[in-house]
Amino acid sequence: MPDLQLPAIDYSALAPMLILFGAACAGVLVEALTPRQSRHRIQLGLSFLALIAAFVMVLVNYDTRKITIGGAVAVDGPALFLQGSLLVLGAVSLMLIGERSIEKGGAFVSQAAVTVGSERDLRQAGDQPGATEVYPLTLFALGGMLLFVSANDLLTMFVALEVFSLPLYLLCALARRRRLLSQEAALKYFLLGSYASAFFLFGIALIYGFSGSISLNAVHAAVADPQRSQVLLYGGLALIAIGLLFKSALAPFHVWTPDVYQGAPTPITALMAACTKVAAFGALLRILYVAFEGVRWDFQPVLGAVAVLTMLVGGILAVTQTDMKRLLAYSSIANAGYVMVGVLALNSDGLSGTMFYLVAYGFSVLAAFGIVTLVRDADGEATHLSRWAGLGRKSPLFAGAFTFVMLAFAGIPLTSGFTAKFAVFGAAVEGGQTWLVIFGVISSMLIAFPYLRVVVLMWLSQPGESTPTVSIPGFMTSAALTIGVVATLALGVVPAPLIDLTRDASTFVR
Amino acid sequence: MNDFPFLGILTLLPLVGAVVVAAIPKRRSELAKIVAFVWSLVVLALTIVMWVAFKTGGARFQFHESYAWIPSWDARFTFAADGIALVMLMLIAILMPVVILASWHDVDQSKRSAPTYFALLLAFEFTMIGVFAAADVFLFYVFFEVMLIPMYFIIGSFGGQRRQYAAVKFFLYSLVGGLFMLASVIGLWALAGHTFDFAHLMDSAQAINQGTARWLFLGFFVAFAIKAPFFPFHTWLPDAGGAAPAGAAALLVGVMDKVGTFGILRYCLVLFPEASRWFAPAALVLGVIGILYAALLAVGQNDLKRLVSYTSIAHFGFIAIGIFAFTSQAGTGSVLYMVNHGLATGLLFIVVGMFVARRGSNLVSDFGGAGKTMPVMAGILFFAGLASLALPGTAPFISEFLVLIGTFTVHKVYAVIATAGIILAAAYVLWMFQRTTQGTVNPALEAVPAMKKDITLREKVVVAPLILLLLLLGFYPKPVTDVINPAVQATMQDVGTTDPGPTAVANGRAAR
Repeated sequence: MPDLQLPAIDYSALAPMLILFGAACAGVLVEALTPRQSRHRIQLGLSFLALIAAFVMVLVNYDTRKITIGGAVAVDGPALFLQGSLLVLGAVSLMLIGERSIEKGGAFVSQAAVTVGSERDLRQAGDQPGATEVYPLTLFALGGMLLFVSANDLLTMFVALEVFSLPLYLLCALARRRRLLSQEAALKYFLLGSYASAFFLFGIALIYGFSGSISLNAVHAAVADPQRSQVLLYGGLALIAIGLLFKSALAPFHVWTPDVYQGAPTPITALMAACTKVAAFGALLRILYVAFEGVRWDFQPVLGAVAVLTMLVGGILAVTQTDMKRLLAYSSIANAGYVMVGVLALNSDGLSGTMFYLVAYGFSVLAAFGIVTLVRDADGEATHLSRWAGLGRKSPLFAGAFTFVMLAFAGIPLTSGFTAKFAVFGAAVEGGQTWLVIFGVISSMLIAFPYLRVVVLMWLSQPGESTPTVSIPGFMTSAALTIGVVATLALGVVPAPLIDLTRDASTFVR
Repeated sequence: MNDFPFLGILTLLPLVGAVVVAAIPKRRSELAKIVAFVWSLVVLALTIVMWVAFKTGGARFQFHESYAWIPSWDARFTFAADGIALVMLMLIAILMPVVILASWHDVDQSKRSAPTYFALLLAFEFTMIGVFAAADVFLFYVFFEVMLIPMYFIIGSFGGQRRQYAAVKFFLYSLVGGLFMLASVIGLWALAGHTFDFAHLMDSAQAINQGTARWLFLGFFVAFAIKAPFFPFHTWLPDAGGAAPAGAAALLVGVMDKVGTFGILRYCLVLFPEASRWFAPAALVLGVIGILYAALLAVGQNDLKRLVSYTSIAHFGFIAIGIFAFTSQAGTGSVLYMVNHGLATGLLFIVVGMFVARRGSNLVSDFGGAGKTMPVMAGILFFAGLASLALPGTAPFISEFLVLIGTFTVHKVYAVIATAGIILAAAYVLWMFQRTTQGTVNPALEAVPAMKKDITLREKVVVAPLILLLLLLGFYPKPVTDVINPAVQATMQDVGTTDPGPTAVANGRAAR
């Protein structure tokens, strides 16, 4: 029996992920070893330190282009760019997650296992501080996402998928208010997510049968070989795609999104809308561009149909929504469709445009959900649309910020929404996918209406009896909102630096 | 002198003004009004200097300046103005102080903030100047979309009845048109050499194959036809014009709608000449239908502001047939019409606004015999109406006449049918005037003390420049036509049409 050779490991290239996982494990120890009242501060500091350190390591690796740890992880332009984006967006989400001044004890329940409505539940709903486990869970999720976008073989990708999904399932169940809705959301997300994972895994098995390997490079080589079984290839690709389409909330695998976005604690919804999208599309880009580029003519029309369906479903159903979080959920579905248009350009413009879009959308959506956390009444967040009537009179600053974000989602110029849309649509025309652009434009027309309706409600309607107040945000929420709005403006007015960055990063290593 | 960055400064100046005015607290609203007014006068002064610096016999595009913006898409802050853009810039610059002065007390009664209103007006001026000054298709698109936002809030927050409905309808119509244009802009960029620079696209767009060019033309044309608006895309305008405050409505119809016709002249015709010729018959038919249909609707209107809106749609029909006749006479007539219509309809809207503000109602039937108590106001309304129906001696007569004879030389039938629009124009203007100011005094007016107050000094200052300009350009339009003519002839050359017999001299001049 030959000696087992350990693969070469480039620890510096892996450092961002190692730091996050290490800090997450340390966070678990903090839970066990430190007194309850000091945990929140320690965990928050630890998490921010970990994110900053990981981001510094991404910067250190700026020029790294290599495949390491036995072909399992590729550290290349897209991986580093997406990891950096995930860390920045994750840090902004963490500001929302860590906010405790809006609601006593924060947005999270103290003990999620307590039966809803029982006496203990009533007691903990009152004033007990929220669970601090959310911080290590968030770090695990972000670490998994970092690995997900840089995984260079299918099994690593699957492990990363599970690593970032499981904490998210848990986090969804931890809302302090409306706990049944939150638990229902978590269960739905968990069950459907498990199905998606199963599909993904089955797809990996078929692809292994097809190519004899799980490495993306080997799959790429096998795709070029006409002797191999096409049934296994297409079956495997389809099943893998289903797993990824589910995570990116593309129709017809989007049905979980509104329920989960609505039920989850709003900071977690923000985290999912911003970061999960980046991670899921990052992996999708890698799978399609690196492994299956050879059969682009076969999957382009199918996934194109998925993109069209997603844009139309998101646009049409958004019109009928009456709940702000569900409206934003459908908006995020439609936006996933636009991102898909960029993905399907299948050229380097498409790659850079997609990455630009993900970042731009991430910042806007964080700002949007950040404001949702502020609009409250005695029962917590007031998310029904009718409750937002006349908000512009009561608090023009926040209504103005929300209006700006809505205009960004509608793709009005001088916001990041416009430049991002232009980037993906331009790339798609370039890549010969004009029909997707036409449907994208139609969908943009549809979805402008619900955004506009929100603006009308806030500014042009009279404040009702039940218009909730806008809480004064604490330092962290203010910072998150400022970052989100300023980024939305900056990426709309001076997008050139980020576009250049995405262009520099738009080559995968194979 | 032409090295001075006129257009860049002219574009930014109102934006800075808007920020300054918006920063003034609500209780100092008088100060906000004065700052906004002075600011718009400064813009006007700069525009006049620019007009003087413009060389009428010089290059087609002057005051060219360009700054880097998004290098990887080759989108730049490029500004340049031809004669057509220059007269439009002049029109905004003149109308803006007039409108600010006319809107002086519009916000006083409501709970809304006056500084916000005047800041929105200046922000609107910023987008208007930008859209006419841009010589980069991307920049043009940006301004084309952004101009919706100040106008949306002006209508929605400061308008009259049904203002929410009108604001949303206005926004959605324009946005839909804009998105069609976005698709075309992207297509143009991808197919014509990855650039947005207009000077470059004028050549490179000609290489696009015929079928694709027609689709791209259509994307632009729909956006502009909605903006103008041409029949059958016009239904938002009566709502928006009816709900907007009178001053803002004057800007909406007087300037903003011209972006549509300006865009057709600048972008559709020049970038897609073959497609323009191919679609011209359809556009002519839409124009003629618009003239008659809107005029008929105007005759039947009982709401003064909606009536004026419908008259504009009819006038835009004239502008459309003038553009798509492809003769230099008709083209010059159309551009002149854009200016004159801005002045005449602007005046009409402002005077109607004065009536409405006094009476507290838009409805024609709520007036009657108002001329008895307010003879001067009624006289001005009469003059504005006559200018609007293109009476000889007022400026619109010259433009309407040029459009009709220019069209007659190539499309006799359309010109003859369109002439019927003049008769209808007389009907809607005179009947409206008769029902509001002549005849027996409506008893209900007795109960409204404001209706006894004739024109104030401020209102005189508001209407005087417009009346003077309408008369001046009615007798001596040469300063404006000298600026317009070369630009129109260059445009018509780009389209590749030649004038028939009688105007061959004009062609010879253009060829030199």
